[in-house]
Amino acid sequence: MEFFFQLLINGLSIGLLYGLSALGFVMIFKSSSVLNFAHGQLLAIGAFFFLVLVSWLELPIFVAFLITLAGSFVLGFAVERIFLRPLIGESLIFVIMLTVGLASMFKGLLLFFFGGNLQTYPEFLPQSMAIQLGSIYIPPVYVASSLMGGIFLLLFGLFFKYSPQGIFMRSVADNQTAAMSLGVHVKKVFALSWAIAALVASMSGIVLGIINGINVHEISSIGLKVFPVVILGGLDSIGGAIIGGIIIGLLETFTSGYISPSLRDVIPYIVLVVILLIKPYGLFGLAEIERV
Amino acid sequence: MKRLTFHPCGNYKEHYGQELAIFETDFGRMWAIIGIALLFGAVPFISSPYFLYVLNMTGIAAIAALGLNILIGFTGQISLGHGAFFGVGAYAGAILATTVGLPFWAAVPAAGIVTALVGMVFGIPSGRLKGLYLTIATLAGQFIIEYILVHWDSLTKGTMGIMLPAASLFGFEVNTDLRFFYVIFVSLTCVTLVASNLMRTRYGRAFIAIRDNDRAAEGMGIPIFFYKLLSFGISSFYAGFAGALWAYYMRAISTEPFTLGLSVEYIAMVIIGGLGSIPGSIFGAVFITGLNESLRFVTDAMMNFPALSGFGLNMASLREFAFGLAIVLFILIEPKGLAEVWRIIRSTFRLWPFSY
Repeated sequence: MEFFFQLLINGLSIGLLYGLSALGFVMIFKSSSVLNFAHGQLLAIGAFFFLVLVSWLELPIFVAFLITLAGSFVLGFAVERIFLRPLIGESLIFVIMLTVGLASMFKGLLLFFFGGNLQTYPEFLPQSMAIQLGSIYIPPVYVASSLMGGIFLLLFGLFFKYSPQGIFMRSVADNQTAAMSLGVHVKKVFALSWAIAALVASMSGIVLGIINGINVHEISSIGLKVFPVVILGGLDSIGGAIIGGIIIGLLETFTSGYISPSLRDVIPYIVLVVILLIKPYGLFGLAEIERV
Repeated sequence: MKRLTFHPCGNYKEHYGQELAIFETDFGRMWAIIGIALLFGAVPFISSPYFLYVLNMTGIAAIAALGLNILIGFTGQISLGHGAFFGVGAYAGAILATTVGLPFWAAVPAAGIVTALVGMVFGIPSGRLKGLYLTIATLAGQFIIEYILVHWDSLTKGTMGIMLPAASLFGFEVNTDLRFFYVIFVSLTCVTLVASNLMRTRYGRAFIAIRDNDRAAEGMGIPIFFYKLLSFGISSFYAGFAGALWAYYMRAISTEPFTLGLSVEYIAMVIIGGLGSIPGSIFGAVFITGLNESLRFVTDAMMNFPALSGFGLNMASLREFAFGLAIVLFILIEPKGLAEVWRIIRSTFRLWPFSY
């Protein structure tokens, strides 16, 4: 039973991370229907940027964190402006392959500057954040990441619900043409959603880096884990991304705990295919209605 | 032989046969025949062993890229699992050659058929899914196949890999690069002919109709699920055929090469070459294999200079960067790929000096 609870806690915290990573992905998809294969690299860029600021320049944690967020905001903006803007209206394969190309460009650059070794942040979380529930021990990093995840989810929930920009973004996601005719600047919304997505991605990247250490290959592969997560949750549902993330996290930890550790990496994809066959638009996704 | 005709100055086609012809003019056919004669008669004898090896790899890649172009470029179904199908073909070929003991000439097509069946299984989601949902389903297929290749120990020998016997054809041992050159390029010529003719039949037209608008195609009475599965099957056959050839050429295979990266490489070939263009697939294969080899060459050259060796080590990572950059630049600047570049060059020469 204790083993079960330990797995449950692990699964929940990993799942929350997946959900958090998927958040930025869903944001891009929601507003511009671009399937971003470079998401894992955006995570990694955020993590490494923070590493440079914290370990090399030795800035205080909080300042470094803010600079990372600002930097990735600019990066997301630039990526949209330079690479994605010319492709508005192009067919799906070009958009997908463009993000694939971006992914390998970013990965190449990261490997060039930082190498493929595992790097770690200096210890900065106080040990007092750890939680001891009976015999189950939750390390401080998990507490901090859950806390951060919760705070940002709340912030984004409020942003989408009440702020004008958030409402614009939702309107574009809902119906691009209608939003445009009502005076929403659609291109600005695309740029903003990429910027915010990159910001969220870098934040998730930092959390991932704190937990697992920072390695280009590891963090990039999380970007592919995002696909089963968002399919489970529906590609355009932000709440669904979190639920999907938690389900995938639980699925992974329980599979590796009870069945076989090697099955851990492939089980999300098996579930994904099954779900797609039963519900083609994901569990919480909206069915697309098409006319010829 | 018919009278040699030039390109007319406008569109003077009078019946569908002219529109469907593979070669628009007899000059085109003549140049193709001369090109093939040079390819088989001269190229292998003037090229160094290393260049022959590169050519062989290009030929194998071209076969697989052709298959993927049938699926993506002609049928419009984006698949991220082509690398895995290539791996299935390699393993099917290896297992058929060792455990079952089929000879070379039977093992390679049989591997293609096995891969076609596997491809059709992973094409089943296309019945309900399309666009990016299908892309994600094929991505899942890639990971599932990779997992099966590594973990089905009793069949694939897991990470140990399989050694293949030497290939032999019509009593000849196919064991040198030169002999493989002939096997690979004769196969490539055949599958290119099959592919370009396939696109002129009702099957090819059905594929193109599905690509352009699958609902409309269904409304016109095309059974789209059947044709989508068929397209997955044909494209996987090509991948499996190429994979089995590759396995025989390498003589030893392991599970490592058949990753998502390989799938991406094939899609890159199709895009850089030109979507929906048969010669484009071959251009793309030449470009990507050439890019890989020249980047490797640059890296190696840098490693040999003591002053640059540290930089050369880092260059290895820049290969990935260059690969991504090539994809991005082609998509942004020439989305129709090298086939379009080739067409522009040709028409420039044709219309010179009075182009308008």
